[in-house]
Amino acid sequence: MDALMQFIYSGLTVGAVYALVALGFTIIYNASDVVNFAQGEFVMLGGMITVFAFDAGLPLPLAALTAIVATAAIGVALNKFAIEPARGAPVVSLIIITIGASILIRGASQVIFDKQLHRLPAFSGDDPIHLLGATLLPQSLWVICGAFAIFIGLWLFFTRTLLGKAVLATANNRLAAQLVGINTGFVMTLSFALSAAIGALAGVLVTPITLVSYDVGVGLALKGFAAAMLGGMGNPKGALVGGLLLGLFEALTAGYISSQYKEAVAFVVILAVLFVMPQGLFGEKKTERV
Amino acid sequence: MKFTMTAIATLLALGLTSAAQADIKLGASLSASGGAAFLGDPEAKTLEMLVEEVNAAGGINGEKIELILYDDGGDPNKARTFATRLVEDDEVVAIIGGSTTGTTMSILPVAEDEGIPFISLAGAIQIIDPVRPYVFKTPHTDRMACEKIFTDMQKNGITTIGMISGTDGFGASMEAQCKDVAGTYEITIAAQETYAPQDADMTPQLTKIKSTEGVQAILNPGFGQGPAIVTRNYAQLGIDLPLYQSHGVASDGFIELAGADAAEGVRLPGTALLIADIIEDGDPQKEVVAAYKAAYEEKYGEAVSTFGGYAHDAFRLMTDAIARAGSDDPSAIRDALEATDGLVGTTGIYSFSADDHLGLDLSAFRMLEIRDGKWTSID
Repeated sequence: MDALMQFIYSGLTVGAVYALVALGFTIIYNASDVVNFAQGEFVMLGGMITVFAFDAGLPLPLAALTAIVATAAIGVALNKFAIEPARGAPVVSLIIITIGASILIRGASQVIFDKQLHRLPAFSGDDPIHLLGATLLPQSLWVICGAFAIFIGLWLFFTRTLLGKAVLATANNRLAAQLVGINTGFVMTLSFALSAAIGALAGVLVTPITLVSYDVGVGLALKGFAAAMLGGMGNPKGALVGGLLLGLFEALTAGYISSQYKEAVAFVVILAVLFVMPQGLFGEKKTERV
Repeated sequence: MKFTMTAIATLLALGLTSAAQADIKLGASLSASGGAAFLGDPEAKTLEMLVEEVNAAGGINGEKIELILYDDGGDPNKARTFATRLVEDDEVVAIIGGSTTGTTMSILPVAEDEGIPFISLAGAIQIIDPVRPYVFKTPHTDRMACEKIFTDMQKNGITTIGMISGTDGFGASMEAQCKDVAGTYEITIAAQETYAPQDADMTPQLTKIKSTEGVQAILNPGFGQGPAIVTRNYAQLGIDLPLYQSHGVASDGFIELAGADAAEGVRLPGTALLIADIIEDGDPQKEVVAAYKAAYEEKYGEAVSTFGGYAHDAFRLMTDAIARAGSDDPSAIRDALEATDGLVGTTGIYSFSADDHLGLDLSAFRMLEIRDGKWTSID
């Protein structure tokens, strides 16, 4: 029983990390149908900039804020200089542009920052919390709560605000959105800024657990992407549930079967789900009129 | 058209003459960027620093060294291209490099075929076993690290252990070597777990090992963030067994990443470089280690690492051999290199022979323990 609880805590911690990354994918995807493969780099930038600002003497909250604002600005720049000039290109081309951007950001960060691993102090100390016979680090709670908070924020944004609906409308049909008076250019800029900011916030939250270096983005983006696909791309609820499920699969496989197979089992489960439900658990079925 | 041809011919001729007049050309292909940058970056910086130092002091036998350094980014294909370029275009007399086992293995055939002495900075035993005439290496092997760790376990009466290894090249290779030699030290591996290099939490694996009957200590072969996270999870779970890490994380950075509290009591085999400040006065390595550490830290403003030390030793071995060979003929350098006897490096004291191109023994490793956030020698 104690062991089971420990596996669950581990799964929730890791799953919340995946969910945070997966949530970052949703906005850009919703606005443009583009899966932004530079999302992992936003997470990395959030962690890296916070570490360097913190080491330079800024208090942690201010360092985190700096990182989030700076990363959002980079997101806007990515849209302005790489995505916008290619407007009208097929979605696949845009996705390839984001892959290029991720390589550029990674290369630039290893020159601007360094190639070492870094960590941030945990927000509320390193003393483990004993709960139901197993232990949990306070930082895990921060990550889990962070994932839920961002999820609620996004859900409210897309369902309760005019702006959120404008984002969805832009994705659905850009021309129609323009005709009803939505400034689609602004929506795109906004969605990149928000996605980057969410990525950076995720980076700040997870760095005390995962550590950060210039190249962590790829691995995080891959797992986040898998989580988003499992839950249903573009749906915040899917990102959250997909992330947590993926984390739990991995932890339980590592605990009860073998750690050698934990990723294999997780991906087999994802494949199985996608086989039955190609849209993911919460993805909307799209019908295209021919 | 004719003019262009002439121009190219002239340029080529100029290039050739300047090559003929040039100093001793030393080639290097290191992984200064990419996934193995934490190895290649300090290695490249070390070589650049040492070349400057030797040239400022008048060079080798009055000849200056010219370093031709390529960054292969950890990619074996690039390493092979650069090795060929070093030999054919740059006409180097010796090559240092191959930060990783993968890049080393692709430079190796080029050096062997062309008869260019080559010192690798990578760990795997396959590099020098079987012995190849032109290939040498400076870091100790994974197997030696396992042997050193098991010797310490034996001393502490530990007979049953659990292992948690990274699935990256380093972790997998060391895991295999440790399993291979465990029997020699009468050590049983009762539990074996793994983690992927970028995993964020290893508590399930550790919980499993902890609940395995009879486990007296846990060994974690791996490098990068994995061992730091294992160490933190270890403290989180309050596991009361000795934790052994590998030489892959023997740097101050590890204590910082794991946190001094969590890292308290962690043991690992490291080199003299790591404990430069507390090394005893009579120690033969003291002077070499202190000089390298002081020079590197002053020039780059960052802490020295074991990996930079490998490059330091390779450079010293090579320049020593060139000086003794008295010429820049690659095969003369090779012969001199193989005759190296008792050269003191940061990693250990090297003595090569016709059937040993590593030249180190277990005494090169020092068993270290982290106490109060500092390395302490427990040999």
